[in-house]
Amino acid sequence: MSIAEPTEQVTAVDPDEVARLRARRLERFGKWILPAVVLVLMLGLWDRIVVWNEIPHYILPGPGLVLQTLIDDWAMLFEALLVTVQITLMALAVAVIGGVGLAVLFTQSRLVEMSFYPYAVILQVTPIVAIAPLIFIYVDSRIAGLLLCAWLVAFFPVLSNTTLGLNSADHNLRDLFRIYGASRWQTLRFLQLPSALPYFLGGLRIAGGLSLIGAVVAEYVAGTGGLKSGLAFRILEAGYRLNIPRMFAALILIAVTGVIIFAGLSFLSHMLLRKWHESALSRDR
Amino acid sequence: MTAADRPGTARPTLLRMERVDKTFGGDVVALKGMSLEVRTGDFISLLGPSGCGKSTALRLISDLLHPTAGRITWTEGQGVGDLGVVFQEPTLMPWATVAQNVWLPFRLRGQPYSSVRDEVLEALKLVGLERFQSSYPRELSGGMKMRVSIARAMVTRPRLILMDEPFAALDEITRFRLNNDLLRLKEAIGCTVIFVTHSVFESVFLSDRIVVMAARPGRVITELSVDAAYPRDDAFRTSSEYAGYTRRATDALHEAMGEAA
Repeated sequence: MSIAEPTEQVTAVDPDEVARLRARRLERFGKWILPAVVLVLMLGLWDRIVVWNEIPHYILPGPGLVLQTLIDDWAMLFEALLVTVQITLMALAVAVIGGVGLAVLFTQSRLVEMSFYPYAVILQVTPIVAIAPLIFIYVDSRIAGLLLCAWLVAFFPVLSNTTLGLNSADHNLRDLFRIYGASRWQTLRFLQLPSALPYFLGGLRIAGGLSLIGAVVAEYVAGTGGLKSGLAFRILEAGYRLNIPRMFAALILIAVTGVIIFAGLSFLSHMLLRKWHESALSRDR
Repeated sequence: MTAADRPGTARPTLLRMERVDKTFGGDVVALKGMSLEVRTGDFISLLGPSGCGKSTALRLISDLLHPTAGRITWTEGQGVGDLGVVFQEPTLMPWATVAQNVWLPFRLRGQPYSSVRDEVLEALKLVGLERFQSSYPRELSGGMKMRVSIARAMVTRPRLILMDEPFAALDEITRFRLNNDLLRLKEAIGCTVIFVTHSVFESVFLSDRIVVMAARPGRVITELSVDAAYPRDDAFRTSSEYAGYTRRATDALHEAMGEAA
């Protein structure tokens, strides 16, 4: 039961134990080493393909050139990265506020839920690339337009997961709250919100990736860079100039950003749930 | 055992159910014409097969459901905190510590933890879990979780505690121990208990009144009184007196189920 059981010190006595310890060791090292090996192999293969086939760098640059570009263009790319990250985080924040707010509203009033839920679904299923041009016609501020696009993509997982979570509070606990005369606010604060937390955090992890996608797609559509251009615009621009290495460098930055966002949100989720939720518990066997 | 403890003698009435019917969806009769007078200090078991309306009766008393016909009256009126409830599941908040779970009834009345810490710790002490006040429910065994649930029901010193098959999911050894503890706790806080069970043995061991119920439609068949003196302990479980009551309760239950079939 306890979390801090020193399982490692158990001397393996039977084949099951030996197999379990081996699996555990493999799990621990393999998780990091295997992807690293794959990465090195792929980079080597990429490099060899470029060199052996004498592919020109404006078609496919080798990994070395991409790295060189990343370093050379760092100032410009980093500035663009900051813009993209800024849009992404703002969109995520608005998605959380809007998603959780709507979810709470939905669970407080069945009428509101019945009236608006279908439209939330419609917004979600309409491809953002199809709506984005319209948004940029009607919204003057470029930042506001980008934010709106990213928000449209990201808010739905937060909304649907949080709604599910708010509604999945234990029925007996609900009864208990009624028996003790809990107010609507108390039930929300002490029962429904804590019950919804694991669901919300699951939605948040999806929304984190989606707001990055939303920010990038919106900038593709928004096109012309204003004073501040994000990574998507830099990719477009580099494409026009056949600066393929820079496209790759920008792409790598976007991917790394996505991974960092996902890892950060996973860590947050783990920290918030580690004391009580099944998903964050280490299994004994 | 004093005369005042003896069932049937003059103890004040706490709660009265008068010819209560409960029908769901217009045609499912869950409970038909149930009358019950609950007196202060009673330990009443509602004993019967599934579908006999035992749980419906508890939900009616706790005001989660409203009678289709008949009425339920508290003689002195009922306030928040007069009622404690224990469900079949421990029904603890997994995100809260043991002490926070027991604090819940006070918390919902707006009382900060610091003002009721003594009551919470006292309740945990009564169920033998004061060392676990900072643990989370998942760190406890099934029996310990149920103890926390009982501590939560008792912490406000309610006049009436409703228990809906609380020990049905536990192993027999744990169940026996909790049965013993429950009687001790009831004496300690001096409350009235209505206990739903489908175990004849449990009902005889715990209660001074057994209400035998039948299904389809849910109704009361008969009431037995168990006049054995409290406190009861493991010796009572092996006594011939206990065996006699068990046989009578079993016969009454068979009769109830025969009628229902």
